[in-house]
Amino acid sequence: MYPRPFEYVLPSGLDDALDALDANPGAKVLAGGMSLLPMMKMRLLSPEMVVDIGRIAGLDQITDNGDSISIGALVTHSEVAASGLVGEHGAALATAASWTGDRQVRNRGTCCGSMVHADVAADQPAAALALGATMVAASSSGTREIAAADFFVDTLMSALEPNEILTEIRIPKVGAGTGSAYDKLGRRGGHTDYAVAGVAVSVTRSNGSVSAATVAVTGVGNRPVLVGEVADALVGSDGSDAAVEAAAAQATCGIEVLEDLYGSVDYKTHLAQVFAARAVKAALASAA
Amino acid sequence: MKVSMSVNGRQVSGEAEPRTLLVHFLRESLGLTGTHVGCESSYCGACTISLDGKAVLSCTMLAAQADGADITTVEGLAQDGELHPVQEGFWERHGLQCGFCTPGMIMSAVTLLEENPEPSEEEIRRGIEGNLCRCTGYHNIVQAIEYAGARMRGEEPAPAEWENA
Ligand SMILES: Cc1cc2nc3c(=O)[nH]c(=O)nc-3n(C[C@H](O)[C@H](O)[C@H](O)COP(=O)(O)OP(=O)(O)OC[C@H]3O[C@@H](n4cnc5c(N)ncnc54)[C@H](O)[C@@H]3O)c2cc1C
Ligand code: FES
Ligand code: FES
Repeated sequence: MYPRPFEYVLPSGLDDALDALDANPGAKVLAGGMSLLPMMKMRLLSPEMVVDIGRIAGLDQITDNGDSISIGALVTHSEVAASGLVGEHGAALATAASWTGDRQVRNRGTCCGSMVHADVAADQPAAALALGATMVAASSSGTREIAAADFFVDTLMSALEPNEILTEIRIPKVGAGTGSAYDKLGRRGGHTDYAVAGVAVSVTRSNGSVSAATVAVTGVGNRPVLVGEVADALVGSDGSDAAVEAAAAQATCGIEVLEDLYGSVDYKTHLAQVFAARAVKAALASAA
Repeated sequence: MKVSMSVNGRQVSGEAEPRTLLVHFLRESLGLTGTHVGCESSYCGACTISLDGKAVLSCTMLAAQADGADITTVEGLAQDGELHPVQEGFWERHGLQCGFCTPGMIMSAVTLLEENPEPSEEEIRRGIEGNLCRCTGYHNIVQAIEYAGARMRGEEPAPAEWENA
């Protein structure tokens, strides 16, 4: 299974890569290749040019910016999963990365690539939404920041323009009292493979009640989305199991749940509620 | 285009098209047919190799992406006619039947034990999640990896299950 022929470009710097994208509207960025190459081999996609960003210096780091952390474009799922910084400030993302694909996929695939690919059932986008991440996009005319909430537009479609490169994902640091979690049912059972339904949650507790919450759901609709209804029901509550179950019952509010090979609308709605409750409870436990 | 890499300790180079997959470069240009092509679509792990010490799918990488890399394939494991402990484990614990998944399974196990020299059964099972075997039911593969882990730690492997029966 070969891809169709293409021109291969290996820029050593970001500017060269951006120039190549500007000059060739039919070009595609290659990062870990774990989604792009399968699509090219199946000939679902046949770009004229592939711009391999794999050797651009400076994009392979997780950095501490003081009030936030940045995950560069070449940081792999394995590196996100193993990072102490990500574990401390974005446990939901570290967990989602550790449950993305298998070891081989995690060793090559990148966190940023997972965002741009924007699969309906991808894990890490849900965590990016719940953690209030910011996407930093570079083009030859400069950089812009896109809130995660505005990034996932539709099935396999992000807000990134074809001439842009996502150089980093920025996650705000959190203090005591805030915790996050991700839970899912994978297509191959347990936590393995894309999410049949997955829920990422970030919560803050103060004085015995929930003072802030964000909840994102993946796998059930046309894209990973924030579900404000669950968050609203949690805020102001005591975070008791009863309050969590009541909030989780709203997990698919505003989502058009789609039937697919992995489940009916009813089943996926039920799963989203179950995993919303589990993820909220885990986030609350870590925020205590 | 020209690509160069170290394969099993030997510096090699050859011509490849941009679209040449690493597995085809290894098998067809270098004649190293130990690495198998199963699904060719990222799901079965038969094509797993070690690239700079990490398990990767050679069917889902361009040969160009491996330029300059340090690669080990199943052919590079045995030293001076001595099987690698993981190979020995698969032999001693009957970790294969048809053998089709075995090269990938072994490379997955080798990299797993390099990263985690004393994995639990659960960690072994999670570690080979990306490698499908249609014959064994995985049980003996897990035993083979436990055997290899013990050998690599300098311990005596637990006796085979069938010897206790
Ligand atoms: C067997 C298998 C199992 C998988 N299981 C899961 C799973 O359980 N959960 C899950 O969420 N995902 C899963 N995936 C997908 C995996 O997470 C991919 O790594 C990810 O979707 C894409 O990241 P990548 O670095 O491999 O990107 P690539 O494949 O290189 O690129 C994907 C797309 O994003 C674009 N792109 C990548 N990086 C950038 C960038 N920095 N700037 C601009 N554009 C960019 C490319 O042009 C392309 O369109 C699986 C994949 C495989 C093969
Ligand atoms: S042949 Fe590479 S994963 Fe199946
Ligand atoms: S031994 Fe036959 S596929 Fe594993």
